[in-house]
Amino acid sequence: MDKLTELLKLLQNTESIEINEFRIDVDELELYLMPVVQQAIQKTVEVREAVEALPEEEFEPPVKTYPGEVAQVKLGEGTRKPVYLGGQKALYRFEEPQPNPPVVTFDVFDIPMPGLPRPIREHFSDVMEDPGDWARKAVKEYGANMVTIHLIGTGPKVMDKSPREAANDIEEVLQAVDVPLVIGGSGDPEKDPLVLEKAAEAAEGERCLLASANLDLDYRKVARAALDHNHAVLSWAITDVNMQKTLNRYLMKEGLSREDIVMDPTTCALGYGIEFSIDVITRTRLAALKGDADLQMPMSSGTTNAWGSREAWMKKDEWGPTDYRGPLWEIVTGLTMMLSGVDIFMMLHPTSVRLLREIGETFTREYMTTETPDLREWITELEY
Amino acid sequence: MQVTAMDVYRLLPKTNCGKCDESSCMAFATKLIEKELTLDDCPQLSGDERQKLEDLLAPAVREITFGPEKNQVVVGGDEVLYRFELTYYNPTALVVDLPDDLPSEEIRKRASDIMNLKFERTGEELTLDAIALRNKSGSPEKFAEAAGTLAELNFPVVLCTFDPEAMRAALEVLGDQRPLMYAATKDNLQEMADLSISYGCPLVLFSPGDLEEMKNLTRRLRAMGLTEIILDPGTFTGEGIGDTIDNFVMIRRLAVEERDEDFRFPIMGIPALSRLSGGDPVEDNIKEATVAATLMNRYADILILGGTDIWELMPILTLRQGLYTDPRKPQTVDPGIYEFGDVDENSPVILTTNFSLTYYTVEGDLKAGDVTAYLLVLDTEGRAVDVSLAGGQLTGTAVADLIKDSGIEDRVKDRVLIIPGLAAPASGEIEDDTGWKVLVGPRDSSGIPDYLEKLASE
Repeated sequence: MDKLTELLKLLQNTESIEINEFRIDVDELELYLMPVVQQAIQKTVEVREAVEALPEEEFEPPVKTYPGEVAQVKLGEGTRKPVYLGGQKALYRFEEPQPNPPVVTFDVFDIPMPGLPRPIREHFSDVMEDPGDWARKAVKEYGANMVTIHLIGTGPKVMDKSPREAANDIEEVLQAVDVPLVIGGSGDPEKDPLVLEKAAEAAEGERCLLASANLDLDYRKVARAALDHNHAVLSWAITDVNMQKTLNRYLMKEGLSREDIVMDPTTCALGYGIEFSIDVITRTRLAALKGDADLQMPMSSGTTNAWGSREAWMKKDEWGPTDYRGPLWEIVTGLTMMLSGVDIFMMLHPTSVRLLREIGETFTREYMTTETPDLREWITELEY
Repeated sequence: MQVTAMDVYRLLPKTNCGKCDESSCMAFATKLIEKELTLDDCPQLSGDERQKLEDLLAPAVREITFGPEKNQVVVGGDEVLYRFELTYYNPTALVVDLPDDLPSEEIRKRASDIMNLKFERTGEELTLDAIALRNKSGSPEKFAEAAGTLAELNFPVVLCTFDPEAMRAALEVLGDQRPLMYAATKDNLQEMADLSISYGCPLVLFSPGDLEEMKNLTRRLRAMGLTEIILDPGTFTGEGIGDTIDNFVMIRRLAVEERDEDFRFPIMGIPALSRLSGGDPVEDNIKEATVAATLMNRYADILILGGTDIWELMPILTLRQGLYTDPRKPQTVDPGIYEFGDVDENSPVILTTNFSLTYYTVEGDLKAGDVTAYLLVLDTEGRAVDVSLAGGQLTGTAVADLIKDSGIEDRVKDRVLIIPGLAAPASGEIEDDTGWKVLVGPRDSSGIPDYLEKLASE
């Protein structure tokens, strides 16, 4: 910048009152300060006038229309209070609020799970011997929308419970609560389809979510069990949009419709590859709204994975108490998935569940219909 | 509105002179688009063409810099709405609130805590970026005095006051360190804009919950000649978080997809405002972290926080690290043999994957436990143990190839491999394909030192 422009700029932004006062001693000033001053004053006035004359413009919210939409999946029939997942016709609330809020399902296990982190055991230690009591506490005390019963005990290396015994556990949980269930296996690819088959039969007419079908096990058997007893299926792929598409297509070929499938694109925990999950889930939802019929299902997150992170559970004084670290790690993991498009969350800790739901509830409301506090004096008001 | 390499190429000299070390001007254009090279790398550019290229290549969101020369914070610069499309640039700046009504000793102490806070992850030190000095006292003298205390530290500062007199007083003390000014509002717009220009400091525009007002105020600021602006559309917490998210998303969508000049600026969020209605300090921390994570996921370029407890900041710092990794580059380390301690032919051999997070976690644990061992790192294309097991990168043959190619067989006598606990399902397969004896180690690498000690005593 040359000297002249610099001076102009400087003068342009000097307070106008001072300049006006100078102008009173007209002759003397003009003699000493060159015509530049006059120009500068004039320019300042011009800019101000121009700024004041700017016409007010209207704000146009950047709303888009989408050719596709997410299917709505109903869980819970018969003796269950139904819960609805998905149904989005737009990406963001200001375009169109989503019809159903995100749903949280509490993890419950068919065995006492000695490996659960202490902050969780603290809340459930009195009921961990009995899956029915455990489920009841999750619903009654912590307001779970749903319960996930993990049949971990059926694992051949765990307790090798038979599919029949698993079915008994399902019946017990069904008796204990009236929310819809997610039914999960032990993760053994050989046995899970057999366990889910029996469990599906025991929960006939209650419309549960069978977890899960994936490409490593007999997904046909799982799909068949769902079709025969009117359940939905969790379609699980490992952070891979194409794998997800393939599996969904296979499941639909078996006779399931989009209204019978929930996808689990895999939740990598915060700090352990969460960005991969963000990318895959975002791409999946965008594809659904653009019209890709193989990906137009609601999505699920195994948010509980967050507890596997050492930052959540490892005792380390310089990191502060695990009582706070654990739930917060779970919240931030779940929240990030929620903002990427996930509809249902499998979670463990009551505080995490509560906070996630508070934010999720706002997704169904219209833009600017909530009363918001006046922030204009926050600088002097903020106290803590 | 995405700028293509062809758009850039048209404005280049098209001489293929090679002085930029690229084979052709077209190749150089591609590198410019991907921000791997800059216009300075082309010695043939001048005047008009260069200016046109600069405008063309300016990011959808303007880049704003503040802070003293040797310690600058850069925010904004993003080109896309979703990180998988390209990458997010300039990690969200994390700023900690500091009220000006504290004794200067206390201000000095808190400031130094903020400057020294760090959390180490995967070989990287995660730290905070700036201090938000807040004119809580309402007094210009107090504000300037506190600004003077901070001026000694040469650390980036955000000056928070709506009173132009207080702002001027603080700028007189701190103005040469280029603080970020917070904030202009519809009531003080002219005065704050004047200060911003005369001190050459970037300015935040605060227009809570009203994007129409924000648009009109930004236009005024731009008409006055301001280019360095940051937008604060108001951080409503609790039930208002939905509106906050909507406002953030709309601003960024207008910037990226419509190149709306009034919104092509970085966005500021203030999670500390969740403490306005606060009470219990633990609950307040959790809520604040939740708001911070929400806004960071929704385009916040700079955040002001109240909390400094490490357990609250860890997830925020970790989320930032994840969000801002470049999705075009796999996060990997080189496969092969890594040595820990004074290894010899009797040292144990441990297997892990080349996902950088996995590697650095294991490395940290081996070092912390003073372990002497070989670490064999398998190329799993940057996948963690459980993921690569499911994805088919961690297999018996892959491990057999690694053992052969790495030459580990020439370095140790025994043929025993310790695999991660999470890889247990593949133990039989690895044993068959390698001919080595396989031991299943702990599920978390923090258990390795104890595991090896036990093994040695057996």
